[in-house]
Amino acid sequence: MKLYTRPLYAPDTSIGKPRDPSMTTSATTPKFVARDVKVYYGDKPALHGIDIDILDKSVTAFIGPSGCGKSTFLRCLNRMNDTIPSARVEGTILLDGEDLNDRKVDPVVLRARVGMVFQKPNPFPKTIYENVAYGPKIHGLATSKEEMDHIVESSLKKASLWNEVSDRLHQQGTGLSGGQQQRLVIARAIAVGPEVILMDEPCSALDPIATAKIEELIDELRQQFCIVIVTHSMAQAARVSQKTAFFHLGNLVEVGNTEDIFTNPKDQRTQDYITGRFG
Amino acid sequence: MTDSAQSSLAETRDVAKPDLKTKVAKRLKSRHAAELRFRAYGILAVSVAVLFLGILLERIIHQGYTAFVTHSITTEVYLDPNRIDPADIMGANYDQMITEQVMAKMGVAEDEYGTTSGEYKEILSPDLGFKALEALRDNPKLLGQKISLTSPIAANADLYYKGEITRDIVEADRNVSDQQMVWMDALKTKGLVTSHFNTYLFTNTDSTQPELAGLLGAIMGSAMMLLVTAVLAIPIGVGAALFLEEFAPKNRWTALIEVNINNLAAVPSIVYGLLGLAVFINWLGMPRSSPLVGGVVLALMALPTVIIATRSSLRAVPPSIREAALGIGASKTQAVFHHVLPLAMPGIMTGTIISLAHALGETAPLLMIGMISFVPGLPESVTSAASVLPVQIFIWENASERAFHERTAAAIIVLLVFMILMNLAAILLRRRFERRW
Repeated sequence: MKLYTRPLYAPDTSIGKPRDPSMTTSATTPKFVARDVKVYYGDKPALHGIDIDILDKSVTAFIGPSGCGKSTFLRCLNRMNDTIPSARVEGTILLDGEDLNDRKVDPVVLRARVGMVFQKPNPFPKTIYENVAYGPKIHGLATSKEEMDHIVESSLKKASLWNEVSDRLHQQGTGLSGGQQQRLVIARAIAVGPEVILMDEPCSALDPIATAKIEELIDELRQQFCIVIVTHSMAQAARVSQKTAFFHLGNLVEVGNTEDIFTNPKDQRTQDYITGRFG
Repeated sequence: MTDSAQSSLAETRDVAKPDLKTKVAKRLKSRHAAELRFRAYGILAVSVAVLFLGILLERIIHQGYTAFVTHSITTEVYLDPNRIDPADIMGANYDQMITEQVMAKMGVAEDEYGTTSGEYKEILSPDLGFKALEALRDNPKLLGQKISLTSPIAANADLYYKGEITRDIVEADRNVSDQQMVWMDALKTKGLVTSHFNTYLFTNTDSTQPELAGLLGAIMGSAMMLLVTAVLAIPIGVGAALFLEEFAPKNRWTALIEVNINNLAAVPSIVYGLLGLAVFINWLGMPRSSPLVGGVVLALMALPTVIIATRSSLRAVPPSIREAALGIGASKTQAVFHHVLPLAMPGIMTGTIISLAHALGETAPLLMIGMISFVPGLPESVTSAASVLPVQIFIWENASERAFHERTAAAIIVLLVFMILMNLAAILLRRRFERRW
């Protein structure tokens, strides 16, 4: 397919290997730079112009009441909004300096670089192995069975799931518990070798113990990936993120270091929200 | 709020409590009654449906089961060189020769006008003569020898043996005379006539003689036609549904197409027959009464159903699966063909098989394209003239011989068995491949 011949956004195949130093961005260079991002569903505006920089190798949490647009914005970052026919996105979002809404950018390659984890665990109704191997397979990342085995193993290890499933890789992924399924989905995203992982309320369907495991995992993954997480739980945002962005009614009200947001919010609305006065 | 207001509120609450109870209790009675009434209606409706299904099956089986048993006559035939000219074996009167031989064996004397042998011939099989000729044609050396031949007995004789024609009926009102009945009893006692499972029904093609008429031609015709239907309707229908559901933009045009597809599913089938006649036979010049044209017409008829079934099973695949695939960089096509389609497959197969079963039983459009014709042979290809099961039923039903009527019911049973098998296949496939998540 022509999609994979494009060198500009070739997927990163360096799974488990140290990254090329020239590729690593310094902590101060933002991974995403969004300017005046507006989203409309039909005629209805959902986002009114978002400006935000998202740093690499850190966790950024989006918080805000339901319907505030945080998930909509998250879905802009890997162009998942393309799949909604009525959605229209305006403004620029730069990923490593390149506009990802540019017509030359193929969403397929973009989504290989920017993986996504959804609210409800959604493993394919296939085996655990097939679930993880699917991404590398369609992108042609493994040339041999051994290489694929290696990718599957290292991805499952990175998702802290290997110890639990190594003896039943060829059983149905849908037979795992909810928390395991969510980690399987994370492993599936990691297997493609993304640079960014977007998580849309990844723990909202999980019990506290499974949630704790995922949060632990997020903290580990931060060493290697740029992570953006949408969450309803302010405690979770406080626990896992370094940067927090507060959305309200389609606006980005405030963004800053998580500590500052929770201890010293500048905006009255942020303060009201984090103290539980609305939302 | 003032104190007085508060106390009055408390009062009303105290009063309201027992009142609420009685009110609810009152309503409860009528609510339970309504529930019981609804259950009764439900049971009544189901009973009526089951009753009529039972009556239908009872009638068909009652009328048709006799056709699965038939009587054959087995006799030694002396290929008499005095009556068969070796140079012209086709010219001999085999029926007369065989009748006279059987009569001699049974001790029935011929009268001077030959009317006795004429009557006797009626209770034997017209097929015996053909069999003798065929044997001789295959091997001319058999001339002057004795061969044993078995053949289905004449339809009226068969009905008599089965007890469908009895002596209670006035002789003038039945096709078998008292004298013939005596001869038939004698044949049976002598052991020349035996009853057995009616294999002719499945190994013979249609015939003007009910005892020789079978369904093989119609079964083959139906199979060929259904093959054409499946080959056309499944790929086109599933492809169209996939495109409309997964790829087509949702705009006025696709909405219009969707409405039209839904309407096409409700178009009377005979209209498709008219279309087939006008387009495929008159305009494109395809051979009439062929499984090809029948299959094409039925494919057109089955298409909307296949499309609707496919779309609804595609829609039943949770969107999270599509998102999962797209989220790791699968293209739209990959997401659909790797994940959505396999998950929708059981539903698609079920819908498709049921629409094919529907097509198998369709008669009206086939009448329009000239499939209602007497076809005594097997169809050689999809372009040769053929009969199909439902039309065969229609033709036999219109026949005047009584023996055809039990065969009509038998043909209905055969058709129903095919339908049940197809529906069973649909259920089994669904059970086998259904995946839960």
